[in-house]
Amino acid sequence: MTQAAQDTIAPHKPGSSGVSNTPKKRSKILKALSSDTFWRGVVSLIGFVVFWEICSRMKQWTGVEVPWIGKVPPPTEVLEAWTEIFWLPGYWESWYLSTGRVFAGFIAAMLLGIPFGLCLAVNRYFHDIFFPPFEVLRPIPPLAWVPASIVFWPTTELSIAFVTFLGAFFTIVINVLGGAKSIDIRFLRAAQSMGASQWDLFRKIILPGTLPSIFTGAAVGMGITWEVVLAGEMISGGGQQGGGGLGFFIWSSYMGGTVAQVIVGMISIGIAGYLSSSLIRYLGSISMPWRRLF
Amino acid sequence: MTSASSNRGAISIRNVTKIYDPEGVNVMAVDDCSLEIGAGEVCMIVGPSGCGKTTLLNAIAGFHSITEGEIYLDGEMLCGPDRPLANQGADRMVVFQHGALFPWKTLAENVAYGPIVQGAMSKAEAIDKAGTMLSEAGIGDMAKKYPGEVSSGMARRAEIVRALINDPRVLLLDEPYRAMDALTKSIMHESLLEVYDRTKVTIFFITHDLEEAIFLGDRVVVMTTRPAKTKKIVDVDIPRPRDYTTLSSNRFRELVQEAKDAVHEEAVKAFEAGERELA
Repeated sequence: MTQAAQDTIAPHKPGSSGVSNTPKKRSKILKALSSDTFWRGVVSLIGFVVFWEICSRMKQWTGVEVPWIGKVPPPTEVLEAWTEIFWLPGYWESWYLSTGRVFAGFIAAMLLGIPFGLCLAVNRYFHDIFFPPFEVLRPIPPLAWVPASIVFWPTTELSIAFVTFLGAFFTIVINVLGGAKSIDIRFLRAAQSMGASQWDLFRKIILPGTLPSIFTGAAVGMGITWEVVLAGEMISGGGQQGGGGLGFFIWSSYMGGTVAQVIVGMISIGIAGYLSSSLIRYLGSISMPWRRLF
Repeated sequence: MTSASSNRGAISIRNVTKIYDPEGVNVMAVDDCSLEIGAGEVCMIVGPSGCGKTTLLNAIAGFHSITEGEIYLDGEMLCGPDRPLANQGADRMVVFQHGALFPWKTLAENVAYGPIVQGAMSKAEAIDKAGTMLSEAGIGDMAKKYPGEVSSGMARRAEIVRALINDPRVLLLDEPYRAMDALTKSIMHESLLEVYDRTKVTIFFITHDLEEAIFLGDRVVVMTTRPAKTKKIVDVDIPRPRDYTTLSSNRFRELVQEAKDAVHEEAVKAFEAGERELA
């Protein structure tokens, strides 16, 4: 192969060619700051907050209440409520309790769901036996399990964790199963031709080939666990028997008539969900370095 | 790198028939097809789309069973009446139409995969050898790149290296350069000829490109429209090593025309039979 020929077909990708004189990659933050998309997002968020403030204060300023949004406390009041509770340990305890439950249920769902989904995909007998009951249980909404869960488990804490687990489990299994089933037959054939054993196929082809679906399932499952844990906490209440958490925080704020705190709780959940999703995306990018190219 | 050897890799296809879904629709893909491919031969298979060329390749590779007949490799039966599906093995390596490098492994890891899973080398040895072989193929700089980071031509070259590290007796190539532009294709041809001159591995190469077939092959086997049989065998008497001056020689043009006439007849039949026309 001549050098000229190599040059002809060499891909020209700045920053990925491995050549020493490639310009250094700009940091992600600098890149974001110089992007129009980022600034459009910032303007949009500021616009939304200003709009909310104006609508909420309209009655105070003009005597005319804007429907729906006029009943919501303005962002400045929410911020004030937040600064008040920000220093209270109870608020952070709510974060801690909810996050703990989400991750307990989510990790249990991953630990059981990934092998279960893979077994469904690779073993016909396992699939024939376990898939039908799985499919019957799957459409039952996690919240419909709450009463049964309270009966099954001795403590409130375990009941919430169980419902949270169910929220993520079915989604993860279905994604893993779909991902493993859709692995290109050429990869399996190529590996078998090269002498891969069944264990090699499973470990080195099926598992990495399913990783993108596992992370998709994890991202969706994580979203569902947050929905489920909050509903569970609202139902379970607080006190000595367990309970508490951001869901209970919102519920007790509502019962106490402090709507600004309800909004604080809602925003807190938004932030917690965003941070959880970011963690999954980060884990996905370090587990699948080949996907960073796309 | 594999040792140059032309005393192995002889394929004998004897009266092979393949019927898909024997209890149902009964689509006959290959009908009583016989073909002898010598050790170290570059045998090019051409024919209308859907005629059963890939079925034959899959039977040799052990991906599909055959319904009747036998296939031998160096006198040993791969598949026959008692064993319709050949065992898959690293002695027959396939390079697929759309490539089958594992996207989650770097080129070097892809190449090293065979020796590692066979237990023939430690991981470090296999990666080291993979690096050397990729360098020999002119893509040593790309060893640590993922397939998604390199051009299709480089990926295909890496795939051939991945096959060769297993020291196969036969390379089975299923239209590996189909989607490439003319320039990349010519570079790939040069690269494959280089590999062949060095290893003398038997090559079973399916293509639709008649110029490619004559340029690379020792023989060009023209298959009939489905069910596949051998219609005509064009012996390519152009001496090796070949280079791009070969493409403008009169003999090359004559042989291309000869193959074209045979394929055209089959393409017309296939078209009339409602098949898709020659790609």
